Amino acid sequence: MLDALLVTVLLLNFFVLGTSRLRAVINATALQGVLLGVLAILVHHEFSARPVLIAVGAALIKGVAIPWLLLRAMRDVAIRREVEPFIGYIPSLFAGAVATGLAIVFAGTLPLAEQHVGSLLVPGSLATVLTGFIVLTTRRKAITQVAGYLILENGIFIMGLTLVEAIPFLVEVGVLLDLLVGIFIMGIMIYQINREFASLDTDRLSHLRE
Amino acid sequence: MAIALIVVPLLLALVALAIPSNRLRPWLVPLGGAAHLALVIYALTEARVSGLGGWLVLDGVARLVLALTSVLFFLSAVYARGYLALYPHRSNRVFCACMLAFVAMLTLIAEAQHLGLMWVAMETTTLTSAPMLYFQRTPLSLEATWKYLLIGSVGIALALLGSLFLGYAALRGGLDPSLLLDDLIRDAPRLSRPWLRSAFIILFVGYGTKMGLAPMHSWKPDAYGEAPGLVGTLLAGGLTNCAFLAILRFYKICSAAGDPRFAEELMIVTGLFSMGVAGVFMARQKDFKRMLAYSSVEHMGILVLGVGIGGAGIFGAMLHMLNNGLTKGVLFLSAANIHRAYGSKTTDEVRGALHRLPVSGALLLAGFFAITGSPPFGPFLSEFTILNAAISGAHYVIATLFLLMLVVIFTGMGATVLTVVQGKPSPKAEATTFRDDFSTVAPGIVLIGLVLMLGIYIPGPVDGLIRDAAAALETKP
Repeated sequence: MLDALLVTVLLLNFFVLGTSRLRAVINATALQGVLLGVLAILVHHEFSARPVLIAVGAALIKGVAIPWLLLRAMRDVAIRREVEPFIGYIPSLFAGAVATGLAIVFAGTLPLAEQHVGSLLVPGSLATVLTGFIVLTTRRKAITQVAGYLILENGIFIMGLTLVEAIPFLVEVGVLLDLLVGIFIMGIMIYQINREFASLDTDRLSHLRE
Repeated sequence: MAIALIVVPLLLALVALAIPSNRLRPWLVPLGGAAHLALVIYALTEARVSGLGGWLVLDGVARLVLALTSVLFFLSAVYARGYLALYPHRSNRVFCACMLAFVAMLTLIAEAQHLGLMWVAMETTTLTSAPMLYFQRTPLSLEATWKYLLIGSVGIALALLGSLFLGYAALRGGLDPSLLLDDLIRDAPRLSRPWLRSAFIILFVGYGTKMGLAPMHSWKPDAYGEAPGLVGTLLAGGLTNCAFLAILRFYKICSAAGDPRFAEELMIVTGLFSMGVAGVFMARQKDFKRMLAYSSVEHMGILVLGVGIGGAGIFGAMLHMLNNGLTKGVLFLSAANIHRAYGSKTTDEVRGALHRLPVSGALLLAGFFAITGSPPFGPFLSEFTILNAAISGAHYVIATLFLLMLVVIFTGMGATVLTVVQGKPSPKAEATTFRDDFSTVAPGIVLIGLVLMLGIYIPGPVDGLIRDAAAALETKP
């Protein structure tokens, strides 16, 4: 069950890499966020209030609040598609496949704790982090870059699931709040960039150079 | 006590949000700075400062970092009052609140003993500094803020991944996973070595991004170039040192695990590379605020280099952190005055600053001599200590490269600074209304005084702080 969900998360990575429609990208990251919430409940063996609270919080923030902020930003600035990414969709899918392969190899070289041997948690986390990186570095639109950052954060969240006992409630809440506020500020910036440059292409943000 | 240090500025930040008067609000910032400084001085006289059941402890290096941060913040706050008064019609509500919240978060980083808590505080510094960067509302500052926000957030996200790797190293070592610093240092020999090493590399890249080490420094010239000078001071003298503190904590875990060598090598290579990058980009740099950013990259490199060399180099690095932080304050604040008087920050238009703004021009010149390691200023002493440690440790190649790059940087930076201060100002620059006044030059004068003092005589309590910090980092065989 755990692995089936993780495979879905990985498939969503590829979906994001292969699509040009911004709404689809945002929806895919939202779905990923909700899946992470479900995962967070599944990794706990006994039910108690605290992990459920965190899982619901994560699903609400990553799956509802942040996508809503991004969709609103998208509507405000009236754009729908990513145009001409720095590398095409097929090459970026290919890069995603290579990154996923590398993540599995790298996770294979690290000694895993016995409860995680054969599980997709560690390789899935690393693959998602790398996918986030690819999206961040190869897309031009500010909104897609934010989505890349979100995917990266999702990957880290999966890694966090291996250590649920070590991370106190306060810190989990802090991490989620920081993410939410961060995206909120980025949303404001996106609006300003669009107003200032009449475009969301981060290409326009290239006046500062040597 | 440990909690008061964080809560007092945070409460003042809330008050700043509530005050309706744009004219009175900026006074809160120096007030908060003074309160913070008083609390820090009191805390440093206490033998042990802790709170939240051991989650907050003011330990060796953190005491030094916090003392420096607090002094710099207070002086920047005095400057901020004068700065904001120049823009009476622009709302400073968010700016004041963010500045106070920023110092609260820097304090939290210094005190946090839980890696997760430290991470949350670090990410919050990114979020609170972004609105300060964008205070001027120009397209260029927008671009700089976007890069700062995105690169900073990604760097810090990596740091979270690294912290989790560290926790996993404990789990794999058969320990109860914990992200408390004390637990990790105590159990360090049992941590899983491959996970520990991967963790250190990721953490070094993550917090190194915040510190602005090359090649993760790309946000720095843009952010420092476009940010108001006092924000540059807070980033270059406060935030970067807090990120350095974070890296030192992970270095300490590595050395407690009996595996400091690879961390030290990583620091030496990155340190020299940062100096090299700074040297290349400072040559013929026309924009003097960007030049200061590269100077910050250089000195962050010197800090990790000193720790990487070890021995007396650690003492040198601790002293240099103090010297660099204070001197950066002099440079950024005087550069900001010159920028404002000329309405430009490139050597194409800025000439004769000594004539146009005698005090700020002199401060920039003195700050330049200080930061490039000329006697009798403090940085000379600390750079000399690091060089000495390299030679006595038989690292002759490192020592030669270090010296070579200091010379290259001296000439590169000198060309720009001398163009700015010498000559005759253009009639256009003479016509602007900005003049040096008390609140915009006094902080710089105090800072250069401190830098000069550190070069001639280090007072007992300060010496004690530096020695304690260095002793906390020494590798125990």
